[in-house]
Amino acid sequence: MSLLSLQKVDKIFGGLRALKEVSFDVPAKAIFGLIGPNGAGKTTLFNVITGVYTPDGGAIHFEGQAIGGQSPAQVANRGIARTFQNIRLFRSMTVEENVMVAGHHLHQANVLSAMFRTRAHAADEARLQKHARELLEVMGLGKHAQDVAGSLPYGSQRRLEIARALMLKPKLLLLDEPAAGMNSQEAAELERQIRFLRDELGLTIVLVEHNMAVVMSVCETVHVVDHGETIAHGTPEQVKQDPAVLAAYLGKSTEDVA
Amino acid sequence: MSTLLQQILNGLSLGSIYALIALGYTMVYGILKLINFAHGEVFMIGAYAGYFAALGLGVQGYGAAGFPIHLAIVVLVIAMAAAATLGVAIEFLAYRPVRKAPRLTPLITAIGVSLFLQNAAMLAFTPNPRPYPPILREVRFELGGVIVTNVKLTIFVVAIALMVGLHWFIQRTWTGKAMRAVSTNMDAARLMGVDTDRIIRATFAVGSALAAAGGILFGLDQITINPLMGMLTGLKAFVAAVLGGIGNIRGAVLGGLLIGVAEQMTAGYLSPDYRDAITFVILIIILILRPEGLLGVVRPEKV
Amino acid sequence: MQLVRRLAIASATMLVLFGIGLWLQDGLIEYVQRIVLLAGINVILAVGLNLINGTTGQFSIGHAGFMAVGAYGAAFFGVKLAPFVQRLVGIGAAADAVTLNIALLIGALLAGLAGLLVGAPSLRLRGDYLAVVTLGFGEIIRISFNNAQFLGAATGYFGDTPAGLPAYTSFFWVYGWAIAIVILIRNLTFSQTGRSLAAIREDEIAAEAMATPTTRLKVLAFSLSAASAGIAGGLFAYMQSGIRPEDFRFDKSIDMIVMIIIGGLGSISGAVVGGIFVAVTLELMRDLQQYRLVLYALLLIIIMLVRPEGLLGSRELSEVIRARFKRTKGPVEAAK
Repeated sequence: MSLLSLQKVDKIFGGLRALKEVSFDVPAKAIFGLIGPNGAGKTTLFNVITGVYTPDGGAIHFEGQAIGGQSPAQVANRGIARTFQNIRLFRSMTVEENVMVAGHHLHQANVLSAMFRTRAHAADEARLQKHARELLEVMGLGKHAQDVAGSLPYGSQRRLEIARALMLKPKLLLLDEPAAGMNSQEAAELERQIRFLRDELGLTIVLVEHNMAVVMSVCETVHVVDHGETIAHGTPEQVKQDPAVLAAYLGKSTEDVA
Repeated sequence: MSTLLQQILNGLSLGSIYALIALGYTMVYGILKLINFAHGEVFMIGAYAGYFAALGLGVQGYGAAGFPIHLAIVVLVIAMAAAATLGVAIEFLAYRPVRKAPRLTPLITAIGVSLFLQNAAMLAFTPNPRPYPPILREVRFELGGVIVTNVKLTIFVVAIALMVGLHWFIQRTWTGKAMRAVSTNMDAARLMGVDTDRIIRATFAVGSALAAAGGILFGLDQITINPLMGMLTGLKAFVAAVLGGIGNIRGAVLGGLLIGVAEQMTAGYLSPDYRDAITFVILIIILILRPEGLLGVVRPEKV
Repeated sequence: MQLVRRLAIASATMLVLFGIGLWLQDGLIEYVQRIVLLAGINVILAVGLNLINGTTGQFSIGHAGFMAVGAYGAAFFGVKLAPFVQRLVGIGAAADAVTLNIALLIGALLAGLAGLLVGAPSLRLRGDYLAVVTLGFGEIIRISFNNAQFLGAATGYFGDTPAGLPAYTSFFWVYGWAIAIVILIRNLTFSQTGRSLAAIREDEIAAEAMATPTTRLKVLAFSLSAASAGIAGGLFAYMQSGIRPEDFRFDKSIDMIVMIIIGGLGSISGAVVGGIFVAVTLELMRDLQQYRLVLYALLLIIIMLVRPEGLLGSRELSEVIRARFKRTKGPVEAAK
């Protein structure tokens, strides 16, 4: 059974049909790529899956349960974590604090114990900090734990977003253009990290990405959308040669124009 | 029946004044997404400008003959010009420098400007209410059991004339069209060669001028003015703008009239003590049930 | 062990406060005494408001309403309960202390409840709309008290005796509560809950995506800040012979905003500084109300134009002092 399943998902904004009957299945522990030209609806898909938008048609199932229309917090609690296309960090908080915020499931003590500084609270904080530190190490940000998040270089900010998402102990990780703004060295490191997350931490990963080198190298399956519709689906090799995909990215051939 | 009609008529009259003020709020919000807290004070200053202009033109000397119409118009123009200047000055000095700042900053600045104008006016004009000069000598007549005064009629006529003028301005003139463009999409308008700073200033000027007209009409209707009049009336006009759909000009007019009638009916049928409270109740209801207002459009946020 | 240590510190603090209180009563003129008490009350107001406006980034400008609920609640129930308490404990300082604190807690509870009622529907609104709605609610609350005959309506509530409300408020109680509230709110701010509130301020959408229960936390912060204003209101009530709706106009909400803006939104020590500032200027310029408000207005405008983060920004005084005294890096270290 697939971990995430979309069946004919629609999303309409006023007059614009942003998603038209998009369907795909993501098996557990897959590294799944979602590509398409700008404005194709990829981020909208992420937003619909994570509850930022409610689908106007179709169904979304996670681990067999319908999740369409749930709130972002509910979806996150089910085990789906995400990063954002335009990095959304808590900029004036420290790197460590950014990750700790996502640790709700580790946080047992309540408001009163926080106010009265009970032992339960101290244990809570220690647990949160330990976990956050570990995740920061995994993403190579250990040294920056006390730095202000907004002061990090771009690439580090993207990695911080991933570390924060991992703090949710998700089963499914949605990465929205994680390689944006990275040079080839950083991108290669990202590929290594993505494989690590799947191989060592057992995560399923769905990746929206424009960097084709990364997509081709790391994804097992690729799903292509354009103007909100599916136009191709298959292995990276298959998709690379698909004429519909080429047309979408490169425009129509010169013969048609003439 | 005639009482009901009376209340409605009075309400529409009051509501026309609210509508004039609400237009200023709605236009500024449409362009800058800023609640111009100081707009109520511009209304107040406009009323005082009319007061001093009328006195300066010797309104006291006309006695039974009545102030000549052409001089009354001069008073109106002077007040509108003064308010427009004030509005532009506020925009330039206080709002423009913080335009790029996170939304909270201009909000606090606006509160500061409002507070400043209120208290500066109290210091300059003393807190005591002043009787409004008899720019119009009151004439009452009865139509089918309903009392109508020339003041109420004037309010209607002036308000409608100004709103029609505004409509023409927005639809037909270049500046008006530019205003619509800027409020729809500021960046695109800028790319099309529109000097957005100038348009923003024009918006403040027009809105303030309308508020000043409202101020004079309010003074004529309510007989006295005081430096704190802008606070409550401004708030009610803001609620009117929200009720109609903030950013929507027709909405401001509709909202103003509705609030005026609601207030009058509450004062007449419930109790005068609650006339101010009804506006706040309407505000809460509309923001909870339909925040985009009656004529507004819901805009989903881009994530 | 931890409990014993804390009790010891608390007792020591109370003794110190008691001592200062006695000295103030004898040593200072009434004028200055009043400033000192108001400063303490303002600290409670400011630190409470800072929790919702500063830390959580949800701007409320109608908090005077909650102060009113706390004031009227504490005054009314205190007056009604006083005879019962006196019958149990005997007439005297002990009974007064008990009555005062029970009254304050009732006032805080009622204010917190009001905060819940206002916050629940309002907090899903965007920034500027939220501000206006809170203003509206603040006015509705005041108008309600203005029309409440059993609480004296516009004339005000002066208790059941011609002498007016008993003067329970003293330096000890004001600063005792102020210290307690500052500590509790500070503890909350530097905890997972506080972190979540800050996350809501920074980016509510991202916070939600990270499973933060944003609505619940916003309403919690709002209610706590309302309860805090309620305590301040109760202490304020027992400092005067009576309270009137006039005391809780929008002006009071403006005072509260000035308090937290001066010190810097988000900074607790800043809120303390701001609270003291407003108390001092309020009394010093008592006869010059308009000038005082013009001053506040100019401060708000100038601070927003020149240094929107206020005196301390969102940093605490401790961080500022530490930064000042830190060794500056030598050229070799900086180059690394």
